[in-house]
Amino acid sequence: MLLIYCPHCGEHRDEEEFHSKGQAHIARPLDPDNCTDKEWGEYLFFRKNPRGLHHELWIHATGCRKFFNVTRDTVSYEIKEVYKIGERPSVVATAS
Amino acid sequence: MSQKNRLASGGRIDRSKVLTFSYNGRQYKGHLGDTIASALLANGVDIVGRSFKYSRPRGIVAAGAEEPNAVLQMGATEATQVPNVRATQQSLFDGLVCGATNGWPSAESDMMGIFGKIGGNMMPPGFYYKTFMYPKSMWETYEKFIRKAAGLGRAAKELDPDLYDSVNHHCDLMIVGSGPAGLAAALVAARSGARVILADEQSEFGGSLLDTRETLNGRPAAEWVATVVEELKSNPEVLLLPRSTVNGYHDHNFLTIHENRTDHIADKAPAGQTRHRMHRVRAEQVVLATGAHERPLVFGNNDVPGCMVASAVSTYINRYGVVPGNELVLMTTNDHAYQTALDWHDAGRKVVAIVDTRQNPKGDRIEAAKSRGLNIIAGSAVIEVQGSKRVRGVSIAPLNASGDGLSGSVERLSCDTVASSGGWSPVIHLSCHTGSRPEWRDDIIGFVPGKTVQKQHCAGGINGTYSLKAVLEEGARAGAKACEAAGFGDAAKGISLPLAEEVREGKAMALFHIPHTKPTSRAPKQFVDYQNDVTAAGIEVATREGFEAIEHVKRYTAMGFGTDQGKLGNINGMAITAKVVGKTIPEVGTTVFRPNYTPIAFGAIAGRNCKELFEPERYSAMHKWHVSNGALFEDVGQWKRPWYFPQAGESMQQALDRECKATRDSVGILDASTLGKIDIQGKDAREFLGRVYTNAWAKLAVGKCRYGLMCGEDGMVFDDGVTSCLAENHFLMTTTSGGAAAVLEWLEIYHQTEWPELEVYFSSVTDHWATMTISGPNSRKLLAELTDIDLDRDTFKFMDWRQGNVAGVPARVFRISFTGELSYEINVQANYGMHVWEKLFEHGAKYNLTPYGTETMHVLRAEKGFIIAGQDTDGSVTPIDLGMSWCVSNAKPFSYIGKRGMARADCIRTDRKQLVGLKTRDPKVVIPEGAQAVDNPKQPIPMTLLGHVTSSYYSANLGHSVALGMIRNGHNRMGETVYYPQADGSVIEAEICNPVFLDPKGERQNV
Repeated sequence: MLLIYCPHCGEHRDEEEFHSKGQAHIARPLDPDNCTDKEWGEYLFFRKNPRGLHHELWIHATGCRKFFNVTRDTVSYEIKEVYKIGERPSVVATAS
Repeated sequence: MSQKNRLASGGRIDRSKVLTFSYNGRQYKGHLGDTIASALLANGVDIVGRSFKYSRPRGIVAAGAEEPNAVLQMGATEATQVPNVRATQQSLFDGLVCGATNGWPSAESDMMGIFGKIGGNMMPPGFYYKTFMYPKSMWETYEKFIRKAAGLGRAAKELDPDLYDSVNHHCDLMIVGSGPAGLAAALVAARSGARVILADEQSEFGGSLLDTRETLNGRPAAEWVATVVEELKSNPEVLLLPRSTVNGYHDHNFLTIHENRTDHIADKAPAGQTRHRMHRVRAEQVVLATGAHERPLVFGNNDVPGCMVASAVSTYINRYGVVPGNELVLMTTNDHAYQTALDWHDAGRKVVAIVDTRQNPKGDRIEAAKSRGLNIIAGSAVIEVQGSKRVRGVSIAPLNASGDGLSGSVERLSCDTVASSGGWSPVIHLSCHTGSRPEWRDDIIGFVPGKTVQKQHCAGGINGTYSLKAVLEEGARAGAKACEAAGFGDAAKGISLPLAEEVREGKAMALFHIPHTKPTSRAPKQFVDYQNDVTAAGIEVATREGFEAIEHVKRYTAMGFGTDQGKLGNINGMAITAKVVGKTIPEVGTTVFRPNYTPIAFGAIAGRNCKELFEPERYSAMHKWHVSNGALFEDVGQWKRPWYFPQAGESMQQALDRECKATRDSVGILDASTLGKIDIQGKDAREFLGRVYTNAWAKLAVGKCRYGLMCGEDGMVFDDGVTSCLAENHFLMTTTSGGAAAVLEWLEIYHQTEWPELEVYFSSVTDHWATMTISGPNSRKLLAELTDIDLDRDTFKFMDWRQGNVAGVPARVFRISFTGELSYEINVQANYGMHVWEKLFEHGAKYNLTPYGTETMHVLRAEKGFIIAGQDTDGSVTPIDLGMSWCVSNAKPFSYIGKRGMARADCIRTDRKQLVGLKTRDPKVVIPEGAQAVDNPKQPIPMTLLGHVTSSYYSANLGHSVALGMIRNGHNRMGETVYYPQADGSVIEAEICNPVFLDPKGERQNV
């Protein structure tokens, strides 16, 4: 069970207080009506499944109910960083 | 038979306390401090079970968690039956009842042994895959046979009478294992002021020091243990957990400990006590001092009762005062095991020979053996054991220097016990639970913990450190490092460790599998995994058939699949695999270690979360009324909703018919409190609604209500409900009962991640309101008697809401309808709910006010063709598919959620499955929900399916059944016939029709 720091509450809490909502930084296209089916399909369905660093969206569901981002290593399950919505990660995978 | 193997003195048992226990229906005696295993050995019980495939007699091999054979069924009553009890770990208590889990008529004289020897040859490695695959229909028969033969024990058939619970902890240091390393670490940590938890699976702290004859400060080691434990006990920051197995090491230093609280006292926990407790520990730092398990050697017939691991023999002698035989042959690859021969000799029994696989062994213990005049046969090995129910003798032969062949003639020795030692395997299980791979060390001939991301320190046997002096030092060092990392400074200061004896040891030999005069495939069976009957020859077969990766060898042979998880045999199996495939052991690697370390009771996992505490139940404010009026309940999410209200003697259908008719004829009442309610405020609330609903919200005036559909970005319906405008910037959204939490999170995620610029706030108010819906032609008359709200049909119109008083309390009344009748939904503060509900019944008696539940609600709405999101939709249905294009506004300026999805090429096909009404040819027949439609029921199987029935009921009001369902291109097939073939061969014929069966113009709700 992960130990997650909520950047809004300022505390480490057990994973069971949170929900994972999948990959972070998937912006809704600003003009959906002008997306091709392929573009819309990619927005809707295509997600990364990296071995290593992954940026994820989480909600402190039984706490403050705020969403935030988590950078997690999918191999070791280490949490490298948490940051608020609208912020960019400082820990990123190096291009290989 | 009375404890013929018990020594007159010595050990940590209390000879003044005699305990009587029953094994396989016979009474035996043991002492306080015994395990079942030590007591059985004291009584000279050789056989504790029959083996899995070959039905061979098996005896006790080890003295701890690694025991593969003595896995018993325990329990004096049916309710307290426990399978998988390791006799080596279960403390003896007076009145204990246990038995072997297999063997018929008994483990001692087993009939299956005869067949087993034949059957076993018909069960080669991979037999699951080769033999039991075909024919598929026989699998259930095979499984029963395998389970019975496998000795897996059985669960109780009655309810578990015991209580279990769990406790959460946070600590600075979690120390696993209380041997010399763990105690040294605990001593350092406790003195530093850190909060420490020390857990050990045994009944006493001390680990190997409880079995040893080594001294500390010149005194028996157990004296030092007692002093340390005393000090730890007096420290309020230290939690001591004996009889507690750390079974799982999870991510971010989270550990699960299974504490056995009363199994050493009685079958059933004393009143008021919990039997087991799960400790859930989040530790700042972890010290693993889990020690090591001795490896037996693999040789011919090494499973005959009397064959044991060397150190286990010492443990039984030194700790329990039991010598498990009379004449010992010891086979060893290392110095340490000589101690077993010394202990045996000192206990006054005969050491026949020490067979050392090394050519020229040198060391202090060898000298000690020589000085006692023991017979050491160097450069040789036991290649085979004679005997079936007990060892009668051994064959020994000289080994070549590399240990892979014999170099001389075979000699026979007579004995009744064979102790073997192939060296030690560090107990690395916990260190591997979070994904760390162990590393092989040639110098200690074992795997040690590898790199990890956990805040973890290892000390002692787990590191391959075995000399007592070094173990103590390493423990203290690990404790100090962990304290420092946890912020407790230099904790090692002022700690003086006890003085340990220095024992000089020669180099051990890396040997796992003893060669035989015959090739492995023809030699007597050489067992690697006792519990699953995996032999060295079996591993050879597996590799020969191409299963060379260790995980494949494991699955093909079932090595390590038993309840012991291969603690004893796996490293030998890996070494044999390596030899056969010509690789090194580190190249072959280990299989993956997973929690739990030892089997645990389901009760311990469930804790208090069972029965009424399994899941919270949610009740409306009127729940007690429903109970006292005979409602049957339906689970909707966590809610208990009234299902229907049967009267005396009524069948379910009769009750539903009555409720449905009463509502349409006069007035019915539904407790609708469970509907999700979300209060939405803010200057951009209206804009927000327009983005999450498919229809328009810009012009909804204060005092008005509107039905809305919510879609995902894929254009598929996922929830629906009525939202009302309470004030210009204030709305009340209702959701389905089961969807409330998901809808709230849906609104929040869009607000917080996509449109944070919108000023809008969401609050769940589901539980704040009691909601009661009165429905039917007399609902206005009834409500008028209780409210000051003007109910005039032209001022308080359909889809309006009004604030006022009902039965003397403030209320919001919504004129909305899910039945198609004149209908009012009364919302009052939840704690007034029962009062208003009862007032309605007081005044409603003259109108035959009839309570109805979810089932009648379903029938009434189906008569009107109203959908239920989640029943008539399944995540693949657009509003257009539902025939609800009236609820979709593509004129809105913002591209609302679902708009683009609905416009995908696949969503605008005209031949999609669409929701239609279905009228059966025979009006009495109700099509089962889920039934699949076909055009031609006589077509060959597999038939072309057109869609399924989503809702189906008998309508008493209409006098015929009504059904809703999906039909491919259904909207264009009105009036056509489809067929529903049933499992019994019959076919139900139905006509596709408009889903609105009753009052298609909607006049009844507008009166």
